[in-house]
Amino acid sequence: METQNIYLPYLMEIEKISEEAPFVKTFRLKFINPEDAESFSFRTGQFGEYSVAGVGESTFCIASAPTRKGYIECTFRKAGSVTTALSDMEEGSTLGFRGPYGNVFPIDEWKGKSLLFIAGGIALPPMRSVIWNCLDLRENFKDITIVYGAKSVADLVYKEELRLWDERPDVKLVTTVDPGGETPDWKGEVGFVPTVLDKLAPKSENTIAIVCGPPIMIKFTFPILEKYGFADDMVYTTLENRMKCGFGKCGRCNVGKTYVCKDGPVFSLKQLKQLPDEY
Amino acid sequence: MERKLLTKDSYKLLISKIISGKYQLVAPVKVDALVDFRRIKSADEITEDYIVTVSSAKSVAFPRNEKLFGFEKNNKKLEQTDFDFDSIPHTVLLGVRPCDAMGFASLTSIFCWDSVDKIYTTRLERTIIIGMSCAKADASCFCTSVKGNPGNTAGNDLLLTKTPDGDYITEIVTEKGAKLVAEFYELFREDKGAEKEPLLANVPEVFELDGILAKINSKFDDEVFWSEQAMRCLGCGACAYVCPTCACFDIQDESHGKTGQRVRCWDSCGLSLFTLHTSGHNPRQNQGQRWRQRLMHKFSYMPDRLNTVGCVGCGRCSRACPVDMNIAEHLKSIIDN
Amino acid sequence: MNNIQQKTKELLESGACTLIIGYEKGTGGKARPVFVRKAEHAAKLIFDESCDQNIAGYLYRQEIKNESKKAIVANNHTLKSIVELASENQIHEGDFMVLAFTAEGEIIELKSFEEIEKHVATLYHGLNDEDKATMQKIEAMTMEERWGFWENEFSKCIKCYACRASCPMCYCPTCTVEINQPQWIPVPSHTLGNLEWHVMRAMHLAGRCITCGQCAKSCPLDLPIHLLTYKVALDSEQYFDSVAGTSVCANNVLATFKTEDHENFIR
Repeated sequence: METQNIYLPYLMEIEKISEEAPFVKTFRLKFINPEDAESFSFRTGQFGEYSVAGVGESTFCIASAPTRKGYIECTFRKAGSVTTALSDMEEGSTLGFRGPYGNVFPIDEWKGKSLLFIAGGIALPPMRSVIWNCLDLRENFKDITIVYGAKSVADLVYKEELRLWDERPDVKLVTTVDPGGETPDWKGEVGFVPTVLDKLAPKSENTIAIVCGPPIMIKFTFPILEKYGFADDMVYTTLENRMKCGFGKCGRCNVGKTYVCKDGPVFSLKQLKQLPDEY
Repeated sequence: MERKLLTKDSYKLLISKIISGKYQLVAPVKVDALVDFRRIKSADEITEDYIVTVSSAKSVAFPRNEKLFGFEKNNKKLEQTDFDFDSIPHTVLLGVRPCDAMGFASLTSIFCWDSVDKIYTTRLERTIIIGMSCAKADASCFCTSVKGNPGNTAGNDLLLTKTPDGDYITEIVTEKGAKLVAEFYELFREDKGAEKEPLLANVPEVFELDGILAKINSKFDDEVFWSEQAMRCLGCGACAYVCPTCACFDIQDESHGKTGQRVRCWDSCGLSLFTLHTSGHNPRQNQGQRWRQRLMHKFSYMPDRLNTVGCVGCGRCSRACPVDMNIAEHLKSIIDN
Repeated sequence: MNNIQQKTKELLESGACTLIIGYEKGTGGKARPVFVRKAEHAAKLIFDESCDQNIAGYLYRQEIKNESKKAIVANNHTLKSIVELASENQIHEGDFMVLAFTAEGEIIELKSFEEIEKHVATLYHGLNDEDKATMQKIEAMTMEERWGFWENEFSKCIKCYACRASCPMCYCPTCTVEINQPQWIPVPSHTLGNLEWHVMRAMHLAGRCITCGQCAKSCPLDLPIHLLTYKVALDSEQYFDSVAGTSVCANNVLATFKTEDHENFIR
């Protein structure tokens, strides 16, 4: 795409649509222009602006791993005007994508360490990118543990991938649903993510914890990690704030002087603790 | 700095020549009871009877609505028509006050922060700014508190200062300005060396900028301070929209049937919707927090991240505000409290 | 003026009030709203012809609702808005004190909505001469001329929503312009979208506008948008005999069904 216009999106074809959970879909997107596919690259943790012409743009992470070439994936819940319009789209349709924007999970720095992924609900997508990225470079890391919870069994996203992770001997997967969200044949845990994490008693030694989830889950998860000795610079999370441009100009995603679109979305707990309460 | 003299007759001639040439001319005109920038067709339309125009000059480079690109949908296919950079007109912006001219540096720092917004930069590149020093000021003016002054050349390509004879001392500030002078060299005389200072308005310093910059960060958590400051603030966008340095924007789609366009339009941190998440969560829930953002952005975040103060002391926000949220007064109280 | 300072000082000193919403002298001598909490600050308060801003909207602001003992210094516009807001259940009797003025400039305390209503009944409700003249001028225009007039005005609107923010009757927690499913009113400010916004606002204020003109006074671009709401106010009076801001028991014209209404447009 030859343009000097930083607002002009790449055209992407929806190659595949997967229904993940009620109102939650995953799109596999392919660049329509082969040169775009050639020149595009991203790193795990980054996000983009997805658009439906005539409706507008919406911000979410790239949910696929950079190690999987030739496409990108996004997972979204139907909520606002754009995600509602996206939900109505069919395979073969064209949408717009701008990106990648933002910083990345510093996985190079995590070499030789164990990884503990903790996610809740619709916040698995940003983590799925880094999980697959790390699994594709499995030899770089020691133990990999994934703790994932949702309101109910139906609300768990990436069910097929959860099965794949569960089957892998080199991954420990713990899934949980909120009390009352279980089905008769549910074999996972029942309880909130922080409680399940506490029961798991994770080892903090040489371990990085990556936490993504709704604010309430994050709030109760950090103290558990602290209890097990995770230092603030060993814990990572991602922030979401309303955005329009994605590159530090539209002026709304800042938390104090920190711009989520440029300085984030990935933050260590140490960085997070230095941010003012404005997110 | 090189100076020339433009007699009052030559000034009118210059305007006519600019208009009949390759430029569009934007200048202050009387719009009913107000004075605002408009594209003009004749020198007679220009007025010099204003402290500052109601709106800032920013719309020349950052219009209130701007088509970023067009699109056409056909079933599952989508075609985009890129922004036409050739469509950006060559403009002469006349009668800009020194405060306004200084504002472009702030805007540029935002639009060029890492990724360059070529739409903005091209518009600015194709604009020649002919400033007009201030002979008058009012109670809302405070340029001298933010390192400006009524005869400040920064940001202008040429700066005119009217002499008692009605002629204009012309300071050639930039290469662009020099080119324009060269293009119409027959209109400019040798400068007689009249003193500029006595011709300028007196704008008293309201606060000490360094004091604000040093103290504002420590006020962030003082919720009571901000909510008291913002008590009468109504939460509209008037201050931001008339401000020469406010760059915040929204991106919206507008379409009719199959065709449409993506549009960038002004937005304001004073509006509650600005930061509202789809979930209903709002990181800035009350007007105190939104007012804090306005002041902190200009006097903390921009100095810190972009090495520029986001305020030029034009006082437009105070004049436009329905409840007189005088920004200089509020800033001063940061030092006093 | 000393009158108001003395009165409010007493209220604050005695503890009868902890907050006074009134006017003070602002930039360049113009009046602006002020919130006074301490008796020694009562000297800030003024009340003269410059205090023509309608400040009734502060009464339902959350930060102010939370204050238990408050008084508002009310000019005539504010009083009418208080009546209208009361009729729409946005404010409640006893939640605040009202300090008003007689035609002679004497300060009076209006102790109930009934007293406010009675006081309001003594006030002039029509338009001022300038607005009347402009209205007549516009009504005398041909349809094309009128369209041209408003097109020119709306082209200037920057959609800062100062009109909405300063109107006491614009209290909807979510305004129509903030709804995007569907997007009723375009977000960018272009002539057509601006027209849609102002016409929508005028319609929503039908039978509710107390003709204070605050929307136009607040407009940084001086758009005469108050004439739109005035027009619907005049129509409400003409067709439904309803004048907003006169009765706390009034039912809103467009929200009330009466069997004798001529609602032919519905059939």
